[in-house]
Amino acid sequence: MSSTNGRAEVAPSTFRSILFDRGEPAAGGPAGEPDFFADLRLDQIVGALTEGREEYELAGFYYRPLHEVESVRYRHQVLGDLEQAALLVAVRAFAAGMQQMREHLALMAKLRYERQKQRWFLEAVSVYCHTICALHERLEGLELHSRGFLGLREYLTGHVKSDAFATLAHDTQGVEDDLAAVTYAVHIKGNRVRVSRHEDEADMSAEIERTFEKFQQGAVNDYRVRFRGQADMNHVEAQILDLVAKLHPETFAELEQFGRRHERYLDETIGRFDREIPFYLAYLEYIEPLKGKGLTFSLPRVSTRSKQIAARDTFDLALARKLAEEDAAVVCNDFHLTDAERILVVSGPNNGGKTTFARTFGQLHHLASLGLPVPGGDVRLFLPDRMFTHFEREEEIETLRGKFEDELHRIQEILKRATSSSMLIMNESFGSTTLRDAVLVGSEVVRQIIDLDALCVFVTFVDELSRLGPSTVSMMSTVVPEDPAVRTYKIVRKDADGLAYAAAIAEKYGLTYEALKRRVAR
Amino acid sequence: MKAFLMHAGRDFDLESELPAHEQALTQDLELETLLRTMAAGDELIVDVGRRALLLSLGDPEAIIYRQRVLAECLEHPEVVRDLYGLAGEALKAEKGVWGALLRDSPRNLLGTSVQKMEVLVEFLKRVRALADEHADTFSSRGFTRFFAMLREELDEPYFEQIESHLKALKFNRGMLMSARLGAGNKGAGYTLRQPREQSLFGRVFDRSGFSFTVPDRDENGFRALSALEERGVNLVANAAAQAVDHVHSFFAMLRIELGFYVGCLNLAERLGELGGSPAFPVPVAGGDPALSARGLYDVCLRLTTSEEVIGNDLDADGKSLVMITGANQGGKSTFLRSIGLAQLMTQAGMFVGAESMRVNVCDGVFTHYKREEDETMESGKLDEELARMSQIADHVTANCLLLCNESFAATNEREGSEIARQVVTALLEAGVRVLFVTHLFDLASSFHRRGGDDALFLRAERGADGARPFKISEGEPLPTSYGEDSYRKIFGRPIDAAPAAPPQSRWQ
Repeated sequence: MSSTNGRAEVAPSTFRSILFDRGEPAAGGPAGEPDFFADLRLDQIVGALTEGREEYELAGFYYRPLHEVESVRYRHQVLGDLEQAALLVAVRAFAAGMQQMREHLALMAKLRYERQKQRWFLEAVSVYCHTICALHERLEGLELHSRGFLGLREYLTGHVKSDAFATLAHDTQGVEDDLAAVTYAVHIKGNRVRVSRHEDEADMSAEIERTFEKFQQGAVNDYRVRFRGQADMNHVEAQILDLVAKLHPETFAELEQFGRRHERYLDETIGRFDREIPFYLAYLEYIEPLKGKGLTFSLPRVSTRSKQIAARDTFDLALARKLAEEDAAVVCNDFHLTDAERILVVSGPNNGGKTTFARTFGQLHHLASLGLPVPGGDVRLFLPDRMFTHFEREEEIETLRGKFEDELHRIQEILKRATSSSMLIMNESFGSTTLRDAVLVGSEVVRQIIDLDALCVFVTFVDELSRLGPSTVSMMSTVVPEDPAVRTYKIVRKDADGLAYAAAIAEKYGLTYEALKRRVAR
Repeated sequence: MKAFLMHAGRDFDLESELPAHEQALTQDLELETLLRTMAAGDELIVDVGRRALLLSLGDPEAIIYRQRVLAECLEHPEVVRDLYGLAGEALKAEKGVWGALLRDSPRNLLGTSVQKMEVLVEFLKRVRALADEHADTFSSRGFTRFFAMLREELDEPYFEQIESHLKALKFNRGMLMSARLGAGNKGAGYTLRQPREQSLFGRVFDRSGFSFTVPDRDENGFRALSALEERGVNLVANAAAQAVDHVHSFFAMLRIELGFYVGCLNLAERLGELGGSPAFPVPVAGGDPALSARGLYDVCLRLTTSEEVIGNDLDADGKSLVMITGANQGGKSTFLRSIGLAQLMTQAGMFVGAESMRVNVCDGVFTHYKREEDETMESGKLDEELARMSQIADHVTANCLLLCNESFAATNEREGSEIARQVVTALLEAGVRVLFVTHLFDLASSFHRRGGDDALFLRAERGADGARPFKISEGEPLPTSYGEDSYRKIFGRPIDAAPAAPPQSRWQ
């Protein structure tokens, strides 16, 4: 599809939002953080995504899962376009431009002297014009496919060609050019200050540099003091500026009129795009370094009907970031459910990555519900109506019995509210009771989940729970066979057998004859 | 203005990164002992010496350039030490000028810089005088160029020019600066200008434009004026401070480059006192595996022991593999170190501990030594050794030299030998020269059986009565080492338990 054809398909008026296919839905009550966020470490992920981007109030977007495949597809299309590096550059530049514009306006509001306010307003409008033109120009040169970006481009084309915008851009440039041409000289002697036009007197620092450069041995230190960029002026500076204005009266008159003529310059739809696009940018930025480490991300196939889910090489997105910062390796895992399978029962040695696996599973489904790329490849996921998590609580409860009962209460609450379209992440339940009780109660809970036909990950130390029928699948955390103290953090379907860790120790270090021959260049 | 005493056409770089394996080299070849003697308490010389030794010269011509300069230093030690001292004094005097405590003030910086420059100029004049006095007695390429440069660059008109600058920077006629409109219409790009009218005071204000006066009681106004001046002076202060840096860096570089030669003087004098006879080696371009010496001894051992140090002869020209076996305490490690040290010293342009030596210039020296301190964590020891060898494999290339001292002895003989065999074979085929001290008979004998012209087998000699003369000479590996001797000596009784059968090698 050529870009011209693409544009013709979308009427300018249809574009409203880059996030929602039918415009932003009315917010349903306070968009607080969902209950399962902390358990799944999604709070950390969203914390990182929104950090430094507070002005956009993005968190609400990340809290709100989509429940329709079509809405997810709208975002997938947008992300598909964003895979073009050139588009990403364009959009990032736009976001940076708009941010700069807002900074200029905020500064303007704080300043005292009129000639300064006028100049910052001019600067804000200038940045705005350039930002919009740059985005439009860049979009024109790209092949776009998503409804979202096609709509945006159509909208921008109309906007940029409008008389109002053309006038704005022209006026801005004119005043800027005149101001840039202004130079002046200041002579200070004692308490007298004289402002005059600058003539070509010799530059003293250049002369000194010339004299001593022969001694220079290497890189030079920079001793220029970075004067704290105080934006405001003192009264002496203001007096000087007034005299400069007196030397250049017409230029400063133009500047004054500019502000009055263009008070309301900001377009509403462009403003909304500016607020929404960081939803994608923040996430792409988050996963970029992880991709750089060789981790896989992909857009999942999503469904509201099929529970035949699967993922390859997936991982905990919050943990991966932490490990990447420490330059530690991230262990990836696979899972799949076919036919009647609904429940992954995860058991095996402790500290072997079971909880991480459970979190990964939950995160994956929430991220998929946000229409975002998820950790892993060949991913098929279900769009749940609700997500429920049950993780062991930190808080002190006096007796084991109290703890056990509290757990049961919470599980019961979940089972009451869950539907067959819900998703349950149950982690290390019934650690506070005897094995016999745990088998008994655990089996009962799993049976109820089986009856519910909901998708579930159940982390437990009770093997029996994995053998409760065709719905349950057993997965295990594994260790290195020669050294059971070493966890692999791999969670695999069925029991890990003690297959010998065959690689000889020299092989591990790449010091066999063949390996070494390859490594050392002749 | 460059000293260029270390390299014919470039500075000696004190900042460049040391090779990744510098710690191992320093430890295994006991470079600290060498450096401490060179430095004689001067930390700068430790730094310079370390870099000169570890960042080897790769070209025989560059080595000869340094050897010639060093030879002249040995002839005129007092001139070299004077010049070194002068550079040090200049730097110290400059440091003695105290800047005002106010930070971020270009005006203060300018004042301090002018003062420092006044101090440094005096030292420049002294260096110039020293050049006038001694230039004729030096004839090496390095020193000839150096003295000529001093006389040409530091002439009388030049000193006059400097003094006129220093005077102009007192601003007796007010400050004139140009500016443009920056962000938010604030003044920007302040540049200090030489006022055009140089005649009588008062003339400066007779120009077009508008003026105002800050009232006497307006303290904020005066602060603002002062701040403006700070901005105006900023670039000039920067230029002046950089000028000080430039002159400083000249003295610093001079001190660094001479520091190396002063270090060599110190070392030569100390070795002389101890009866050592340093000689300049003949460096041979890479490719031709030359390695021969007469009376080669371990310089570090000579510096640290009062006992007699035996020199060894070595004829390993054309040999890629030198395998050294023989008695414990038989001087194998010392011998290996004497070769490694001589290689590094040669490629630093230094003399070596030998009567004569001819050695090819290699692309890097690597050491893989058994580490005593690791003996506590027995299980991880082989792991650790392999990890170190793997790091070496990351950096080693053809025409490098690898010194192995009892490598892979952390496991049983068969396993250790097999690992070593594969490593050594692969490295030899990759063009690495390997010198291997080992008591792994399996390893040594297998290479011996393989034969070939490019392998040399040396053995630590043992006197008839078990006394060891620390002499190394050609000889095939023998099936037993002398561990039993050592054991008996230390424990006062023989080993009575039968050795445990070695486990199967992983590769069989």
